Amino acid sequence: MAKLDSKIPSGPLADKWQQHKTQIKLVNPANKRKYEIIVVGAGLAGSSAAATLAELGYRVKSFVFQDSPRRAHSIAAQGGINGTKNYQNDGDSVHRLFYDTLKGGDYRAREANVHRLAEVSANIIDQCAAQGVPFAREYSGHLANRSFGGAQVSRTFYARGQTGQQLLLGAYSALSRMVGQGAVELHPNSEMLDLVIVDGHAKGVIVRDLKTGAITRHSADAVILATGGYGNVFNLSTYARQSNTTAIWRAYKRGACMANPCYTQIHPTCIPVSGDYQSKLTLMSESLRNDGRIWVPKNKADIKKEPSAIAEADRDYYLERIYPSFGNLAPRDVASRAAMRMCDEGRGVGETGLGVYLDFADAIKRLGEPAVRERYGNLFDIYHEITAENAYQAPMRIFPAVHYTMGGLWVDYNLMSNVPGLFVLGEANFSDHGANRLGASALMQGLADGYFVIPYTIGDYLAQQKPSAQSNIDRPEFKQAAESVSAQTKQLLNNPGKEPVSHFHKRLGKIMWEHCGMARTKQGLESALQKIPALREEFVANVKVPGSAETLNQSLEKAGRVADFIDLGELMCRDALTREESCGGHFREEYQYPDGECKRDDEKFGHVAAWEYQGPGQTPLRNIEPLNYEFTKMSVRSYK
Amino acid sequence: MNILGSLFNSSIGKKILMALTGLVLVGFVTGHLLGNLQIFLPPQKINAYGHMLESLGIGLWLVRFFLLACVVVHVWVAIQLTRENSAARPMNYGVNHTNRASLASRVMARTGLVVLAFLIYHLLDFTFRVQHPEWSRHSFALADGTLVRDVHTMMVQGFSRPGVAFFYILAVGLLSYHLAHGVVSLVQTLGFKNERWTRGLECFARVYCWGYFLLNAAIPLAILGGWVKAHV
Amino acid sequence: MVASTPAKKLFSVTLRVWRQASPAQLGKFVDYPAHNVSPDMSFLELLDVVNDGLTVSNDEPIAFAHDCREGICGTCSCTINGKPHGPGKGVATCQVYMRSFQAGDVIVVEPFRATAFPIIKDLVVERSAFDKIQQAGGFISARTGAAPDANSILVSKAVADLAMDAAACIGCGACVAACKNASAMLFVAAKVSHLGLMPQGQPERDRRVLAMVQTMDEAGFGNCTNQYECSAVCPKTITHDFIARLNRDYVGALFRSKLQPVSASAGGGA
Ligand SMILES: Cc1cc2nc3c(=O)[nH]c(=O)nc-3n(C[C@H](O)[C@H](O)[C@H](O)COP(=O)(O)OP(=O)(O)OC[C@H]3O[C@@H](n4cnc5c(N)ncnc54)[C@H](O)[C@@H]3O)c2cc1C
Ligand code: SF4
Ligand code: FES
Repeated sequence: MAKLDSKIPSGPLADKWQQHKTQIKLVNPANKRKYEIIVVGAGLAGSSAAATLAELGYRVKSFVFQDSPRRAHSIAAQGGINGTKNYQNDGDSVHRLFYDTLKGGDYRAREANVHRLAEVSANIIDQCAAQGVPFAREYSGHLANRSFGGAQVSRTFYARGQTGQQLLLGAYSALSRMVGQGAVELHPNSEMLDLVIVDGHAKGVIVRDLKTGAITRHSADAVILATGGYGNVFNLSTYARQSNTTAIWRAYKRGACMANPCYTQIHPTCIPVSGDYQSKLTLMSESLRNDGRIWVPKNKADIKKEPSAIAEADRDYYLERIYPSFGNLAPRDVASRAAMRMCDEGRGVGETGLGVYLDFADAIKRLGEPAVRERYGNLFDIYHEITAENAYQAPMRIFPAVHYTMGGLWVDYNLMSNVPGLFVLGEANFSDHGANRLGASALMQGLADGYFVIPYTIGDYLAQQKPSAQSNIDRPEFKQAAESVSAQTKQLLNNPGKEPVSHFHKRLGKIMWEHCGMARTKQGLESALQKIPALREEFVANVKVPGSAETLNQSLEKAGRVADFIDLGELMCRDALTREESCGGHFREEYQYPDGECKRDDEKFGHVAAWEYQGPGQTPLRNIEPLNYEFTKMSVRSYK
Repeated sequence: MNILGSLFNSSIGKKILMALTGLVLVGFVTGHLLGNLQIFLPPQKINAYGHMLESLGIGLWLVRFFLLACVVVHVWVAIQLTRENSAARPMNYGVNHTNRASLASRVMARTGLVVLAFLIYHLLDFTFRVQHPEWSRHSFALADGTLVRDVHTMMVQGFSRPGVAFFYILAVGLLSYHLAHGVVSLVQTLGFKNERWTRGLECFARVYCWGYFLLNAAIPLAILGGWVKAHV
Repeated sequence: MVASTPAKKLFSVTLRVWRQASPAQLGKFVDYPAHNVSPDMSFLELLDVVNDGLTVSNDEPIAFAHDCREGICGTCSCTINGKPHGPGKGVATCQVYMRSFQAGDVIVVEPFRATAFPIIKDLVVERSAFDKIQQAGGFISARTGAAPDANSILVSKAVADLAMDAAACIGCGACVAACKNASAMLFVAAKVSHLGLMPQGQPERDRRVLAMVQTMDEAGFGNCTNQYECSAVCPKTITHDFIARLNRDYVGALFRSKLQPVSASAGGGA
């Protein structure tokens, strides 16, 4: 049974982080040079961490599977990043951001972590501005803000529709600077395939060079995973195609606990699937719901008609009908589930029947086309590029899609997992968003972790360790891990199967979407727990991985990742099944209020579920970290 | 490395040298044309002009040396750039596709080579007068009685040879074409171009190049057509 | 009265794809017929489908680079019918849809070609030269924690917008691939302009441009001949005006760096 000590410092909420920083141990500057740190991943969390640790004097090795750190999935974030600057003088404060985030997460996050996140958020904006991030500006030259869901103040900073790109390029430039100085050793095209544990501490990784196939061992005094989210377990999502769970999954198999894996965020406004070949779902900004009206035909018979041929009286503006006070601005999860229900009733539109209309006809009548173009022109362009349809003339078709995973490896207040020496940052950990993440908070968390938390907290661990990276590399644990990686590679390549990997990924995605997606039921989850092991068996027997191990082999990469997704999918279903309540992104149909809101059970489930691996074929162990709210009252989340 | 070294060794430096020498040479060919156009005036004008230039003595040689240096640098850099550029893209695409590079910009090396060949011939012919040493004799009396070289006759006789006239017209044609890209390009390389006034610049370049070509071509054509006759 | 939406018409094309097993081996074009192509399919999705077919029939799938599939990560990099990123303006390969092609088309697919971007396999090239250029100077040195309040340095909206235009570069390398000389000037110009426009970037402005250009030259890219093929294919439509800016910055930096008096502490004292 894993020991889950959250190490939350005592004292008043607002003082915890400051005090903690003064109390934790430090590594003196001359000694930092002696410690090596491996950072896997160079998205916002990984790049910022690697750059900052190198600035402090640690020797850093950075691994990414992309051909450059600049291509991490963080690059795709559009909307913005939160920061409590209160530049708008609208009453924002650290406490307000803390409270919004905690409430947005449906009271399933740690108070202390969230408060720290809010505290450092302002420093992040300063840091990024100093790096030359071209944030949007007012004519006066001051930074501009916009408002985002779940908040009543304007605290979101942005750089056109490419905030993630600009923040990542900022962090990447800081990282590049340290690489140029020789302080960071960069390993692109390098996929971590195992974590090495020596005497109970994380001391290294096994890496496959994706260009040459070479499998290498790397030792260090601490290992940081900043490997992003695992939404691609659903096959189709708004994630980059290569995002995967392998790094955290292999760490899980080495003993790190996986916390709340079932918490998944589904975004209501994405471009729907158009065919079986589909590889990616594209996000359309939620802001569209401010002026668009959502509807489906009242009669099933009408679903194949041109929308213009459906009379006003035959349209069902279902959000306005079911949620008269919120209408089209119903919260993300509610809007997503309602769309799903319409499609389940057979009233979905588009070729696949999985879509609802988002209609701007009224807005165009009211405001005129130029005004609508001014507000949403670039989104209408993206829509046109993908669908070849003109949304000024006919309604858009939208559908919900998987967008973010709140779950991840369990970490304590220092961002260290239950495996000493293994730290987890960014979307890969579980810590700050509870059961639901607010918009513009993931970028904030990634950079908070990398720039402002890990540089302090890792010292506390290292100060208690003797530098030992060099002496470990010949230990049998490294040899054993490298051999097991080679063996898995060989096994996949030699499998006498017939079906390509994508075949299994698609099927897994369908199972997950159906049973562990927007709305979950006991029955559905139980059936998924039957189907997934069967799928795994079929995968093992019948997957075909062409090519060799010694070159770039994208089929092999995919096969390893999908194998892990299958295992993770099973754990997610198990987690969803055992959490007998609804909260945030986890919606169990059995537990809801009459208006469709989540019905939490704080008494029984006011805790983090941290799953512990027990070996192949064994049911994992469900550990619990109780969420002790010292300062806030867990209340029913309501946005009415 | 000193500034000159950096200019000769870096990619942008080489481009700057190309642009600067190009600018000097554009200036020269423009001045040269203006001087030559005096062929349409009474013969004493152009002969006096020729005499004036020759009487600059050492100054003339300095200018000539400077121009020659510019030509040498221009050509040397062009050779370097061409070599480096083909090394940077040793293999062509299976499908050859051009998005917007003008034809003029794609044949710079070739137009430049022909112009260089003509330049050498032209220098030998009119400046060093190797074929017709008699052109070197002073045989024209200006109004004040000074005997000067008869440039007018040299030009008329020179361009009465249809082959030479044709080569000349071809060369100035290609030179104009070379300049069609060169003039706009040098403004970009020197860092002063931007989309706001590119159109204006391109218009100017077009008018300049056509003007340069037509006026230049007019000289041999007028001689061949008999509109400009020998004065003796 | 109104007919139901007609199902999209499927069609066939032939993909003529560059296959090259490794950097050292010679490559060649191989034809792959593709049937039942939907106009709504993206070009990369067609490659996915063709690859699944190859896998099932015991052939090795075509290696191609991709990740975000929404035109922002800069990973995808095919030259389609001679044009890097294929048909359309301001799009990356992953944003090309099959409706841009016609039934019966032979679509020629090649990697980006440049000495500085060696081919790794099939359609995948090595672009680490771009990272090297960045490491040489593509940053503003701002130690974590040392930053002043974000609003303490004002940036006019016009400058911030222009810097953002340059910063939008996704580092795909299409500019290099399209340039007849495989020059990286548009990429470097975008970087130098973004950082050089921001007030925060001024202290290192000269050093940055000199170092980045030097690294660019060493990486084996060709020279800019002002033909603007680069900006014509750039998925972010970054303008070649930034190249003019880069030229200006470079010369300025060259002269300033050589003509400035050397400070005593740097060995310039008498
Ligand atoms: C379309 C979209 C829009 C979004 N918009 C916003 C927004 O507006 N605001 C907001 O706050 N959030 C937004 N998000 C969420 C946010 O972008 C992500 O949560 C965040 O960027 C994750 O950052 P990260 O550093 O944790 O991981 P990532 O950026 O995903 O980076 C993961 C890194 O890990 C590496 N890696 C992974 N596995 C391995 C391995 N096995 N070996 C080696 N390396 C590995 C990868 O190479 C990569 O470098 C959006 C997300 C999406 C999908
Ligand atoms: S300048 Fe344009 S084409 Fe070149 S790397 Fe950047 S985005 Fe790609
Ligand atoms: S795959 Fe990311 S830009 Fe095309």
